[in-house]
Amino acid sequence: MGNGLVVPAIVAVTLITVGIGFYGLRLARTTSDFLVASRVVSPTWNAAAIGGEYLSAASFLGVAGLVLKYGVDVLWYPVGFAAGYLALLLFVAAPLRRSGAFTLPDFCELRLGSRRLRTLATIFVIFIGWLYLVPQLQGAGLTLATLAGSPYPVGALVVAVVVTANVALGGMRAITFVQAFQYWLKLTALAVPAIFLALQWQADGRPAVTPPEGPTFRTATTVVVEHRAVLTLPDGQTREVRPGDELTFAAGEPVPEVSGVANSTTDWLLPSAAGSDDRGLFATYSLILATFLGTMGLPHVLVRFYTNPDGASARRTTLVVLALVGGFYLFPTIYGVLGRIYTPQLLVSGHTDAVVVLLPEAALGAGTTGRLLAALVAAGAFAAFLSTSSGLLTSVAGVISTDVLGHGSVRGFRLATLIAGGVPLILALNVSGLDVSQVVGLAFAVAASSFCPLLVLGIWWRGLTDAGAAAGILVGGGAAVAAVLLTVLGPPLTGWPATLTAQPAAWTVPLAFTVMIAASLATRRRAPADVSRTMLRLHGPDTLRL
Amino acid sequence: MPAPRRPEPFPAAGEQHAPEPPPAGAEQRVPGPPLAGAEQRVSGPARARTRVVLAEVSRRQHRPGGARTELTQQTPVGEALIHGLVRAQLALALQLSAVVLVGLGGLPWLFAVAPSVGRMTVFGVNLPWLLLGVLSFPFLVAVGWTYVRLAERNEQDFTDLVQRPER
Repeated sequence: MGNGLVVPAIVAVTLITVGIGFYGLRLARTTSDFLVASRVVSPTWNAAAIGGEYLSAASFLGVAGLVLKYGVDVLWYPVGFAAGYLALLLFVAAPLRRSGAFTLPDFCELRLGSRRLRTLATIFVIFIGWLYLVPQLQGAGLTLATLAGSPYPVGALVVAVVVTANVALGGMRAITFVQAFQYWLKLTALAVPAIFLALQWQADGRPAVTPPEGPTFRTATTVVVEHRAVLTLPDGQTREVRPGDELTFAAGEPVPEVSGVANSTTDWLLPSAAGSDDRGLFATYSLILATFLGTMGLPHVLVRFYTNPDGASARRTTLVVLALVGGFYLFPTIYGVLGRIYTPQLLVSGHTDAVVVLLPEAALGAGTTGRLLAALVAAGAFAAFLSTSSGLLTSVAGVISTDVLGHGSVRGFRLATLIAGGVPLILALNVSGLDVSQVVGLAFAVAASSFCPLLVLGIWWRGLTDAGAAAGILVGGGAAVAAVLLTVLGPPLTGWPATLTAQPAAWTVPLAFTVMIAASLATRRRAPADVSRTMLRLHGPDTLRL
Repeated sequence: MPAPRRPEPFPAAGEQHAPEPPPAGAEQRVPGPPLAGAEQRVSGPARARTRVVLAEVSRRQHRPGGARTELTQQTPVGEALIHGLVRAQLALALQLSAVVLVGLGGLPWLFAVAPSVGRMTVFGVNLPWLLLGVLSFPFLVAVGWTYVRLAERNEQDFTDLVQRPER
């Protein structure tokens, strides 16, 4: 790819990120400054920062790629990613802020007074954090490889080093400014090209997204296959392709049907129907559960709530986040839909995650406009990798420095950052075959099956005990972790076992709630004696200052 | 007994066991509640600059009041008060989740049992795309906005109840 503007755009984003990091470093002095921005962050900044931190590679690249590939059924990803903040708002935001807990392990100890539960929560925080970091680094590697032709490890390495250094040197105060800036950058980088794309589509005479004869190549195209698949050619022949195969198509030639992709117009355009596709329906509901309930259990999301001054402002911040994130998610769908027209070769190559970064040039041509917009999108994508990785790294490092290394000094936090950033980098460099959005979805499933029941029951039910909470996390969260490991590392499955492990939330979340409640009832005597005081602290209005 | 309510310079005797922060502005290390993650130490000679980072910062000295004392001392009356607030807030959250559950959660089921709904088009766009891709987001924000408004009203009602002058 010969777009000379991409690398300067990415370098500019990186430099600005580091620059704001240093600006923040000059302000950060004590450990409290470092970790929670001294809680002087205004709600608007905070909401933009939460949004900036949350919109990851999966949102910026993955959603559009999934829409291109699977169609209407995966629109539940953006809906769920946004709705997670509603669940957070309804059940968690204000009480969690009033609890004064900075991390999930804090909440465990504060509510249930158990060191052992704290350790268990720490393990899950680190697991979820790393599970979420790996695809961010991979996305960076793939994007840079696609746009600048660099080898895969370069992008992952760049993001990992920049983020680790920035977090280690600047801490969260710097990160708040960085994140807020990155939200607006990401929104601009997706919205502006989307407008140009829509205009181009008009100018091209509104080509049909779902022509009756199926998608066709608009121009002569050479495709390099990246994932093993079976192609069904228009004449009914099948052909197995492997990574590295090169296929050439003439302009106007129909796109062959690819196994594992929603090719036919009906599959792509219409939701899965009962009877014919029960597994699809189960997967949809599983996805809804995971994304709606998983957000509240993501470690980097929770940390941010501590920077609100009180419970009421935490609630308002969450509402603003919901609006900001919802506004952002209007755009990826446009890319996925237009990708059907302008970049159908991605369906064949299997590299659908690249649709966002390739579409501007594919639709607008390699002229100045197309190249500028492509560079803008690339900058936005890098903003996504940098900001989400920063947030995750801050929270994982915070947990490691306080709970594993055992001292909360600035030096300890820096050491923890190196550990927290190094492990996922090594993982990302060694496993490149994972699908960005799928892994992120699995992280949501684990969070929904472990921390969601803990938070919801801990905040609203007096009867929760430490033994019950530990049992629920171990059984529900453990089942989700097992499903993740089986999906990522295990042999390829088909039929129901594949669905149950690839989208586990629909059975692991109810399991976690059931076990947590049953075990708490069985160990009723272990309920903390100060539960009334805790409830007062969690739910008492801020204005009373109880 | 309409006793005149004057600000008292010291907490009442019965309140001394309530958790009270030291006077604001004390620049020294204060042992907080068991909050190991939030309690931070500064290494080296920067000790003088250590700050209190716990939730106590936002708390203030308060004057003793009727229902307020019931709350902080966890008498049965205070327990019942806070119990009522928790129930009201939980009921609100559950009601609004039910709205989302029906409004959004019902859609896959609806599309599955009535495929004709999925085939309907509005302005040339298939209905499921419009509902999920565009309209779901304002819907979520509207539910969230309603929740914030009603939850704050619940808290205001509770505050009024607690701060009502003693008769």
